[in-house]
Amino acid sequence: MKGKINIILTGVGGQGVITAANILGKAALKEKVNVFVSEVHGMAQRGGSVNCSVRMGNVSGPLVSSGTADIIISTEPIEALRYIQYSNKNTKIITDINPVIPYTVSVGMEKYPEIKEVFNELNKYGELYKIDAVKISKDAGALITKNIVMLGALAATDVLPFKPENLLETILENIPTKFKEMNKKAFEGGLKAIKKY
Amino acid sequence: MEILEDKPGKQVLLLGNEAITRGAIEAGIDISTTYPGTPSSEIADTFSLIARSLTKQKKEPSFYFEYSTNEKVALEVAAAASITGLRALTCMKHVGLNVASDAFMTYLYVGCKGGHIIVSADDPSCHSSQNEQDNRYFALFGNAPMLEPSTPDEAREMTRIGFELSEEVKLPVLLRTTTRLNHIRGRIELKKIQKPRGKGHFEKDPMLVTVPAIARLQHPILLKKIKQAEKISEKSQFNKIINVGKPNGWGIVTSGVSYNYVKELADDMKLNVRILKLGMTHPIPNKMCEDFIKSSKNIVIVEELEPILENQFKVIAHDLKSKIEIYGKSSGHFSRLYEYNLDIVADAFSKIFKVKNPIIKPKESKITLPSRPPALCPGCPHRATYYAVKKAAPKTTIYPTDIGCYTLGKAPPYEVADLLLCMGSNAGTACGFAVATDQKIISFMGDSTFFHSGIPPIIDAVHHDHDVVITVLDNRTTAMTGHQPHPGNDFDGMGRPAKKILVEDVVKGCGVKHIEIVDPNKIKETTEAFKRALAFKGPAVVVSKSPCILLENRDKKKRGEKIYVYEIDQEKCEKCKICISRFSCPSFYYGEDETILIDSQQCNGCGNCADICPFEAISPKGVKK
Ligand SMILES: Cc1ncc(C[n+]2csc(CCOP(=O)(O)OP(=O)(O)O)c2C)c(N)n1
Ligand code: SF4
Ligand code: SF4
Repeated sequence: MKGKINIILTGVGGQGVITAANILGKAALKEKVNVFVSEVHGMAQRGGSVNCSVRMGNVSGPLVSSGTADIIISTEPIEALRYIQYSNKNTKIITDINPVIPYTVSVGMEKYPEIKEVFNELNKYGELYKIDAVKISKDAGALITKNIVMLGALAATDVLPFKPENLLETILENIPTKFKEMNKKAFEGGLKAIKKY
Repeated sequence: MEILEDKPGKQVLLLGNEAITRGAIEAGIDISTTYPGTPSSEIADTFSLIARSLTKQKKEPSFYFEYSTNEKVALEVAAAASITGLRALTCMKHVGLNVASDAFMTYLYVGCKGGHIIVSADDPSCHSSQNEQDNRYFALFGNAPMLEPSTPDEAREMTRIGFELSEEVKLPVLLRTTTRLNHIRGRIELKKIQKPRGKGHFEKDPMLVTVPAIARLQHPILLKKIKQAEKISEKSQFNKIINVGKPNGWGIVTSGVSYNYVKELADDMKLNVRILKLGMTHPIPNKMCEDFIKSSKNIVIVEELEPILENQFKVIAHDLKSKIEIYGKSSGHFSRLYEYNLDIVADAFSKIFKVKNPIIKPKESKITLPSRPPALCPGCPHRATYYAVKKAAPKTTIYPTDIGCYTLGKAPPYEVADLLLCMGSNAGTACGFAVATDQKIISFMGDSTFFHSGIPPIIDAVHHDHDVVITVLDNRTTAMTGHQPHPGNDFDGMGRPAKKILVEDVVKGCGVKHIEIVDPNKIKETTEAFKRALAFKGPAVVVSKSPCILLENRDKKKRGEKIYVYEIDQEKCEKCKICISRFSCPSFYYGEDETILIDSQQCNGCGNCADICPFEAISPKGVKK
């Protein structure tokens, strides 16, 4: 492939963001596309904010630079906004619509912004796609497949240099047999949700 | 396992750290030692994973691996093996080399025989560290040859070739990495796996005993070896010049991860430059650098943290009486602080080369986002200990702390962390506070920290009768860095049975007269124990024993035991808020009308909130009282 592809995956620790980024990396390798995957998280405690860069093609710097993301995939609405500096007006932003409330908010120390405002704001920065990944994953069999729903959504866009089938193949190779069916459904659910847009 | 496959030419995706492990395996590694620490941990954890999986299959791993007691011991174990002719690797985080430095400095005088690679994982920006020291100084300080990889595949190759370099000059080689190398995944091309040597043989040699007369002989030998290493550096495959565009007198000197930013931006900004990429950065190839200076009009030096290459280039330019312009840190274009990235380097390049900065940041959002600071997990036993301590201790109590999950006790509502220097410092600084003040002192350290460096200050407290309470938070693991085993476990890093050492036995052996052993989940008893320890004149040690709940629940699931999550009976709840604002398990949240609820997705079922609720409103879900 020519050029560069810059993907940002964000979310909350424990939602499988890092796993999703690694699967993307493996899929790229299989398709003989140069790739760097890097995770940035502070102290790797659960509940913290996670952000991964996946860069493909003619790249050598491991992290996406500001204003250059082709797509931001977020498993949580405000986490998309937290990393909005990576966007430009052509950036696609796919986010799950379901907030995960940080404990600083649950104990009343800080405030979670009005969710409508978050979406309005995201809309100003890029091309926004909202999906109910929690529902799609639960319909597929379990909430833990939410990261795969997000990968399905990513595959529905024109960002990746390979076909959705290729990504699905890599996903299934990296998952134990008894969970394959569930993850396939999750992937297809995510794919459909974006195709419907 | 992909990492063990002997398929030269095969391409795989590996983490920088895994690539280092692979490089060592390709070189026929015999022994690997470590003390865990982010961002180095996955190097050793990969050795451990391989060894454990082979042990499980009743197969003999081709190497010996251990999680040593601390970094100094790790280096000493591997150094001896190397002196008998085996190939060895020791990895640690940057501050680990401070601990190992006493051994390191004189090991370089003695030298090695089998190749020995010492990996230092530096952490610019302190992503998970207490400082961002630049360990390249250690290579210059002790005179160790140094390699600095830019990509995972280069890390693999430098590790593999590093063993040959080490054997050629008979010196351990420092492989200096940074977080952005350790924690990125990239394409690796596998090379052939060499057979390990297996057993070493020790030849006695008086030159190995560094009494002053020998040390005085060894020092000039070390300088000779480093001269020899410089010759190797001149020809090293890792030092090279890359042309971008039509070079017109501008040169860029860079190393490690910074090279990646330089290369990408030189292309994107259409610069006309020659890039001197240094992979072997100690000793630098003096002649090559001289030629680079002579054939350039201006030089830009791009390196994270300290101006180490920059200062060396200034010395070379000075000796050449060159008038060359050098841009870098002292010119004000680059910072000595924090990790670099494309944004930072692009900004500096646009100023130096007077070209447009290609990176355009969007405007910041006006919406304020709540933070997600790391917190002790729901059900963490450290929280229960802290709750008891706060009940027992007077307000003016000083809490010297240490490094581990329990450092998170710094956050409200606990605020039980007043001073932190390094691993083991809790007890030493506790002794100092006892001498200097009349305040009560309760210090905290984890069990892994206790074995690492917590014992000598306890001996100090006993010998001088310092009036301190030292707490060992014994959760049976090194939790913070990824749950590695330590001397308090009955198994080792290879999955073999090991002699378990009890914290309280060691403390008793040190001569501590007042020892309290508590289960922090019994909060009332724990509170009483701390009160008794505080009342005791002289050093008291509280050993608070309860396994990390993540490990405990993992084991429970394996055994098929059910984990009961807890819920609040809204009819009994009086909204006193003790559970949410004083105990502060992250599973609690406010619902409508200030009702207090427990998130069953997050609850780990420790049951401690049920104990502290004064109205008995909290109980396990689905269990009738
Ligand atoms: C000299 C040094 N080596 C390693 C580390 C990395 N490190 C941070 S915390 C920690 C140990 C944590 O284990 P423990 O004391 O048992 O506390 P826990 O996290 O289990 O609560 C380590 C190894 C460090 N900060 N300094
Ligand atoms: S990992 Fe274990 S020790 Fe660390 S905060 Fe979580 S429960 Fe506590
Ligand atoms: S039982 Fe209570 S304190 Fe323990 S994890 Fe669950 S909500 Fe938190």
